[in-house]
Amino acid sequence: MTDVRTEEPRTVQGAPRIGESAPRPDGIPKVNGSFAFSSDLWHDRMLWGGTLRSPHPSARIRSIDIGPAVAVTGVHAVLTSADVPGSPTYGLEHADQPVLASDVVRYEGEPVAIVAADHPDAVRRALDAIVVDYEVTTPLVDPGLAESSDPIHPDGNLIRRIHLRHGNQEVVGDVVVEGTYEVGMQDQAFLGPESGLAVPAEDGGVELFIATQWLHADRDQVAACLGLEPGLVRLTLAGVGGAFGAREDLSLHAHLCLLALHTHRPVKMVYSREESFHGHVHRHPARMWYRHHADRAGNLVRVEARLLLDGGAYASSSGAVIANATCFAAGPYRVPSADIEGVVVRTNNPPCGAMRGFGSVQACIGHEAQMDRLAAALGMDPVELRLRNVLATGDRLPTGQVITGTAPVAEVLRTCVDHPSAASLSGDPMSLPGGAGRTADPAHVRRGEAVALGFKNLMFSEGFDDSSSAICRLEGGVATVTCACAEVGQGFVTLAQQITREVLGVEEVVLAPAATATVGSAGSTSASRQSWMSGGAVQAACEEVRVRLLTSVADDRGVDPDELVLVEGRVVSLSGDFEADLASVTAEAIEAEVEFRHAPTSPLDENGQGDAHVSFAFSAHRAIVDVDCDLGLVKVVELTTSQDVGRLLNPLQAIGQIEGGAAQGVGLAVMEEVLVLDGRIRNASFTDYLVPTALDMPPVEIAALIEQPEPGAPFGAKGIGEPPSISSTAAVVAAIRAATELNLTHVPVRPTDIALAGA
Amino acid sequence: MSAGPYVLRVNGNDHEVPDAHLGESLLWVLRERLGLPGSKNACEEGECGSCSVQVDGELVCSCLVLAAAAVGREVTTIEGLAPDGELADVQRAFVEAGAVQCGFCTPGLLMAVDTLLDDLPDGGDPDDLIVREAISGNLCRCTGYGRILEAVSIAADLRRGNRT
Amino acid sequence: MTIARTLEDACTALAEHPDALLLAGGTDLMVGINRGQVGFDHVVVIDRVDELRGWRREGDELVLGAGLTYSEMGRGELPVLLPALAQAARTVGSPQIRNAGTLGGNLATSSPAGDTLPVLAALDATVVLRSSHGTRQLALDRFVTGVKQNALEPEELIEAVRVPVLDGPQEFLKVGTRNAMVISVASLALVVDRAGRSVRVGLGSVAPVPVRAIEAEAFVDGAIDWDTGSLPDAAVDRFSGLVAEAARPIDDQRGTAAYRSHAIGVLARRALRRAFSESAP
Repeated sequence: MTDVRTEEPRTVQGAPRIGESAPRPDGIPKVNGSFAFSSDLWHDRMLWGGTLRSPHPSARIRSIDIGPAVAVTGVHAVLTSADVPGSPTYGLEHADQPVLASDVVRYEGEPVAIVAADHPDAVRRALDAIVVDYEVTTPLVDPGLAESSDPIHPDGNLIRRIHLRHGNQEVVGDVVVEGTYEVGMQDQAFLGPESGLAVPAEDGGVELFIATQWLHADRDQVAACLGLEPGLVRLTLAGVGGAFGAREDLSLHAHLCLLALHTHRPVKMVYSREESFHGHVHRHPARMWYRHHADRAGNLVRVEARLLLDGGAYASSSGAVIANATCFAAGPYRVPSADIEGVVVRTNNPPCGAMRGFGSVQACIGHEAQMDRLAAALGMDPVELRLRNVLATGDRLPTGQVITGTAPVAEVLRTCVDHPSAASLSGDPMSLPGGAGRTADPAHVRRGEAVALGFKNLMFSEGFDDSSSAICRLEGGVATVTCACAEVGQGFVTLAQQITREVLGVEEVVLAPAATATVGSAGSTSASRQSWMSGGAVQAACEEVRVRLLTSVADDRGVDPDELVLVEGRVVSLSGDFEADLASVTAEAIEAEVEFRHAPTSPLDENGQGDAHVSFAFSAHRAIVDVDCDLGLVKVVELTTSQDVGRLLNPLQAIGQIEGGAAQGVGLAVMEEVLVLDGRIRNASFTDYLVPTALDMPPVEIAALIEQPEPGAPFGAKGIGEPPSISSTAAVVAAIRAATELNLTHVPVRPTDIALAGA
Repeated sequence: MSAGPYVLRVNGNDHEVPDAHLGESLLWVLRERLGLPGSKNACEEGECGSCSVQVDGELVCSCLVLAAAAVGREVTTIEGLAPDGELADVQRAFVEAGAVQCGFCTPGLLMAVDTLLDDLPDGGDPDDLIVREAISGNLCRCTGYGRILEAVSIAADLRRGNRT
Repeated sequence: MTIARTLEDACTALAEHPDALLLAGGTDLMVGINRGQVGFDHVVVIDRVDELRGWRREGDELVLGAGLTYSEMGRGELPVLLPALAQAARTVGSPQIRNAGTLGGNLATSSPAGDTLPVLAALDATVVLRSSHGTRQLALDRFVTGVKQNALEPEELIEAVRVPVLDGPQEFLKVGTRNAMVISVASLALVVDRAGRSVRVGLGSVAPVPVRAIEAEAFVDGAIDWDTGSLPDAAVDRFSGLVAEAARPIDDQRGTAAYRSHAIGVLARRALRRAFSESAP
């Protein structure tokens, strides 16, 4: 079958280490077309799989007749919930989601049956032939009615409520501003469709090659559903075409394994783009009410908020998302008094879960709009107001936690604001709002500029016992690193090599495939955690190998191990007495496996108080937009950003994350929304779910990447993936408000919100 | 329904397609029948550009080309861009500029950039708006296009022979 | 499958297989085929038929081959002779789509949002249809009959489109919520015939078919000072209102009827002002 090993082991000239822009080890396969993504896998004798999905957001299943499908030529299996041997449900936080629907469907697109056949055409014919008798019921689609409506699931319609109360609850500010904001449902829209290949194994288990974010969590859920010991379910990471949160939950994993085990054949499945929109969780739509209190000097006195997130049909990671949204609802500011309630509910809308930013995106839209409102009410400059209130190390969050790590928030904001703008007033019609549509004339365009500040926790929180494992093996002068960290494009594979070279002084670093059979869990590629956790694991494993090697060499030579260092592929004594080629002293392999943990955190108590988070990262964006007010069309002209990064591990990759995250922020600000009506998605395609093209995306100017090493973080580095997607949206929306002088409260901002504002 | 066997000329080689179904797109045939999975299948409706190939030198979405109707045309895919295993200028540029993250958009983008540079008149850096319009049919969800634009600039230099 | 080399090949194949699918650029047809939504027994491929390609001038008319691609509409002399068509072509899809998609395809799909259709409507285009039985010609408003419906008979294919060469400015404006690869929310083509002293306006995405704003045209023809090429603001306002009244838009996932009506009025105003200044120079 295709070789899923996707990295080319090779000796790198100059062996770039930490802090350098090392090139990606998978760069060449990716540019020459040989890199195997999960949709590129192929196996002799493989069958194709497909999924029958509910056309209704809410219905009872009276019966399923698979007979006509089984009779289709080329069909090898048609399976329903009755064929699930183990746990009928799975889930990240609660096992509340059926592998295949049995008596009820709770969202449009919920899987009901699966098919394996010789050719995708046969799969399609078989799916069309299955007869499902639905009794359609009225879907629950208004999250505001969820708690007062009949439960649509045995676990009830309330997924989680957190009520954060901090400080004196009686206090009232001299100046009070209120606002209500709505954030639409964003989609991760990764390019690589959900896909994978399952191969039945001789021991009764199954090999699953899959694109995902968390191999071991997937394995454990799949094994439970298959009724197999985890060791019999062996996952290997196949090439991932982007993730952004959408691959944290199971999609086709259990389905593929079921079909493979049932047919005793390898089975491949690839979702179509339309199916993909139905096949993964989305960002939670949110309704947020805020009331900000300040004194006349502009000091924040109190923040009240009510956040309602629509979790859709199944829980996924909604509990953690609402915790984030609630904890960070007030933004990176000192808030002496807070009453913030966050609720995430179940409806028959599409299920929502992790997407880059994870609750902080919605919160930032709210708190930054409020800070601008407050600045206007105070007659104060919006930047001055923020600077007056920004957090710093030693300050206490509304959760009661004191920030002990670095928090250069003021510097993040100031460097962003002070950075000169390169935005010009171009006469080219292509650079005006409307582009090639030639709708605007320069006289019709108003320019607006605004700043937003955001933050979020890094890593998992609330006492979650997070860890990552890595193995380092040094043999014949070559280091091999095994880590189950899912590379989804962010560049962990590059970092793993850089870290190994840094610690061991080797040039050649081979990365073994990420798999469950060979190494422990690396945790999820999410929450901006992998540089810290898996980077830390790799560092620790390499360090253990280094120590054991030098001790062994020192023993041989009768010297103190502290006398020895590893430099450029050699063991060298500091005194200069001898040196040995690393290859010769590692003729016998030295191997270490380390399970890395961060400092423990605590749960949040009944008032949302607790030392729940490991670390925080801050970012600011300044947006300049041009708006054609009569038509409501927006062109984002420039984005400038500063970010708190701890330590830059790879500058070029950092720029990639910062520009890419900003693009997703721009998308949410002006064009991205999954439109759901009566529980049905109206735009499940790239035709009508619009993500920014190269003509929509402005240049992203990096004002400053602030390096204040974070205590406890490997190399002092903070995760950098999420902040760029947090303050970017808020900045763009604020800039549109500045240009139009409109009280825009829905994100994304639609042309009609601007053009028909007076109507 | 099946089509008789036909021959497609891809990357300078003739490939027989034996058990074809008539409705199969060029993308499908490249990936599933000719062992050339470099062109990608992000949407299969012409909205993302990940399947972009050159047909008789023109950039098109291979998902929108009926494979059997491409008989007699010269098809160039990502696999045909690099002569004999060396990287083409555009490929080198993408790696050097950090323009590759997940890589799913990369093959289609490389075909678009290669076409752009082929079509540009000699001399001068390609104008920012011209480049953006040339790649406006290629969605990238990871990079925000910044490093991609840098890669185009590097590739243009390489193609003009200003750099080696 | 038939790969036609000549128009006669194509017509013969269609006569033998009246239900055959016609395939040129494939940018609409292949989407349905990829989804498994289009069943077919025979395909007649016409992208190599020379008689369908390119364009020629015949006196005061241009004859545009049905196989003319969007990319070709923006090259050579065409942008000078038919600026509105070149502008419209540039807004279609992506470079990949523009290299493959054709004028004939845009007509045959007959989408309310077809980008060339408002231009063809404004130009009073004539669609030339061919079959093994001969040729016939239909005015555009007779050809496009409804949402994705047209007057093509079995065995017929679109051979060409005839449009006049006019002396005067032309404008095409299209509203979309993204700067590339976007289906039109509302679009407007405005062409000026100085010799005939008339303005013609075609509207897209605001009705089931492309429409002409007849009342608006009649009004503005009388309001323009044709000697100086100017007209007053009040006339522009009235024109804009009359154009909006000619629209019969709906609500859908791309926009509301209210927005479309508003937008088409804005496009009308702007297009007209680009063509005619406020006062005599």
